[in-house]
Amino acid sequence: MSTISFDSSLDPILSRRAAIQKIAASSIARRKVYSKVAISVCLLCLVVALIPLVAIITYVAAKGIPAWNADFFTQVTKPEGIPNGGVWNAIVGSLIIDGIAVAASVPFGILGGLFLAESDGPAAAAVRFSADILTGVPSITIGIFGYIVWVKTVGSYSGFAGAFAIAIIMLPVIMRAAETAIRGVPVTLREAGLSLGARRSTVARRVVLPAALPGLLTGVLLAVARGAGETAPLLFTIFGNQFFQANPTKAMEALPQAIYTYSSQPYNDLIQIAWGAALLLMVVILVLNVGSRLMAARLRRERR
Amino acid sequence: MSISGSPSPGTARRTWRLAVPDRTYRILLGVAGGIFAALLIAFVVAMATQAVPAFSKLGVSFLWGSNWDPAHNHFGVLPFAVGTIETTVIAVALAVPIGLGTALALAYLAPRRLRAPLSTAVELLAAVPSVVYGLWGLVAVAPLFRTTVEPQLTSVLGWTGLLGGPNQGVGLLLAGVILFIMVLPTMVAISRDVLAAVPHDQVEGAMALGATRWQVLRKVIVPGARVGLLGAFTLATGRALGETVAVALVIGNSAHLAPSLKANAGTIPSLIVSSFGEASGTQLNVLFAAALVLLVVGIGVNALARVFVRSVKRSGAASVTVA
Repeated sequence: MSTISFDSSLDPILSRRAAIQKIAASSIARRKVYSKVAISVCLLCLVVALIPLVAIITYVAAKGIPAWNADFFTQVTKPEGIPNGGVWNAIVGSLIIDGIAVAASVPFGILGGLFLAESDGPAAAAVRFSADILTGVPSITIGIFGYIVWVKTVGSYSGFAGAFAIAIIMLPVIMRAAETAIRGVPVTLREAGLSLGARRSTVARRVVLPAALPGLLTGVLLAVARGAGETAPLLFTIFGNQFFQANPTKAMEALPQAIYTYSSQPYNDLIQIAWGAALLLMVVILVLNVGSRLMAARLRRERR
Repeated sequence: MSISGSPSPGTARRTWRLAVPDRTYRILLGVAGGIFAALLIAFVVAMATQAVPAFSKLGVSFLWGSNWDPAHNHFGVLPFAVGTIETTVIAVALAVPIGLGTALALAYLAPRRLRAPLSTAVELLAAVPSVVYGLWGLVAVAPLFRTTVEPQLTSVLGWTGLLGGPNQGVGLLLAGVILFIMVLPTMVAISRDVLAAVPHDQVEGAMALGATRWQVLRKVIVPGARVGLLGAFTLATGRALGETVAVALVIGNSAHLAPSLKANAGTIPSLIVSSFGEASGTQLNVLFAAALVLLVVGIGVNALARVFVRSVKRSGAASVTVA
């Protein structure tokens, strides 16, 4: 065998390489500076993106905490000029409406999650697709849908109509979380159940769902965080009510509705109450949101 | 939020099918799954039935008529359609560069330990209720705009002719900026995931060729994620188009075409929410028609976005988180 001689001046590929190396070496200083600047701009964008969160939390806290007193939590909303107003009626309304919405959406969401986790065909793809779209549809249209099918049919604004609209918002959140949780249950567990001769429904009820329970709870928390903050759907369904009303067949008040109503009024004491309610709602939702994230992260770690 | 799970191996599936058929159970699951498709169809049908009288009385021309005066039976929704587009353009024009920079920082540039907590912090922006954004925008940000931001902007960009009229705080510009903050987490969360899903061999190849960090980001990672980034952009647009309560509080609610970015305006959602209470008869039907347009556009935009994001999810291995 003859040895191959490496003479870069003769081999066109090697000479081309030498030329490229020369260009790269001559431009590296400029490229490095350019890279540093561009990366700094990206990091600056990150800082800019974080400012609003800090700003909104501190501002709402500063404005809202002074509104928090015993009356705020125990009294119903009162018209301008009458002191000692609170949001007791809105707190109770929110609890009832969101409670009904959770109760209505959890069973369907979990069954939908089972469906998605156990089937991979075009039907599952279609369901996933429509659920995703439902998540992105403007929430005002969900409110109007609630108005058309519930308020118009029944003939009155009601807590149930609000819960119906909120449940539609919660449903896809619960379903996607349920799918993830159910897919995370080890296949061996299902196989063990099935090999004992159990029906699929029995395995789902007695093995899969109990094993997926922490993940399901995470999804429910996230869904409540999502649903409790929605305002637009409520404006078309519960109407608002300045009196105490715990009967969901009647027009009710809820925290987001109260914030909206009072923040568009020119009276300082009502805006003060809006800030208190905004702080309360924001704290509850952020706690639920962070809590569900921590739970989910912990579950992922345990599974590894 | 969705996290892609690992599909169970084929043997398990076969075992599953061999199990005692359980018809009721399967039907129940099918019904639960079918609810979503049924709901979407029901949405469109319900909205359409209520909107029909508007079309039969007014034709379709009110959709681009520019005169909104319900007292005299003029129902042109053009000013609101234009307002919706203007606020969305402002929001997205800000969210795309800043969101992309943030996503690159969160996926590749920030200190490794800080990436997860900082991502969560940005995503929490999506958890703040929109009515709180509205209140904050109206009371805290609007005065800042009136006294500082708008005068400054006018002195710098006044020559464009877009910033005429008095500085008043509320208006198109403020609504656009508040919307920008609201769509930022959507833009960032999805962009970050699709950027992180770009195959590592390509990144390493570029580095081996002597590319700087920025060259890798600019020439390999961003182009590699472009379909997913398009999905993030589309989803953010969809969110901005439909946002209601926050916009209604900060846009100043006017039924006229805004002559300036600082002027009061209205969007289709803000029109619906602010005039729904007093509306009746034809006006109510017109509002339903406007909602129908919003719904159809919303469904279209979201379907498009999901197709973009899905294609990335299928090719890349990373889980795509949708806030």
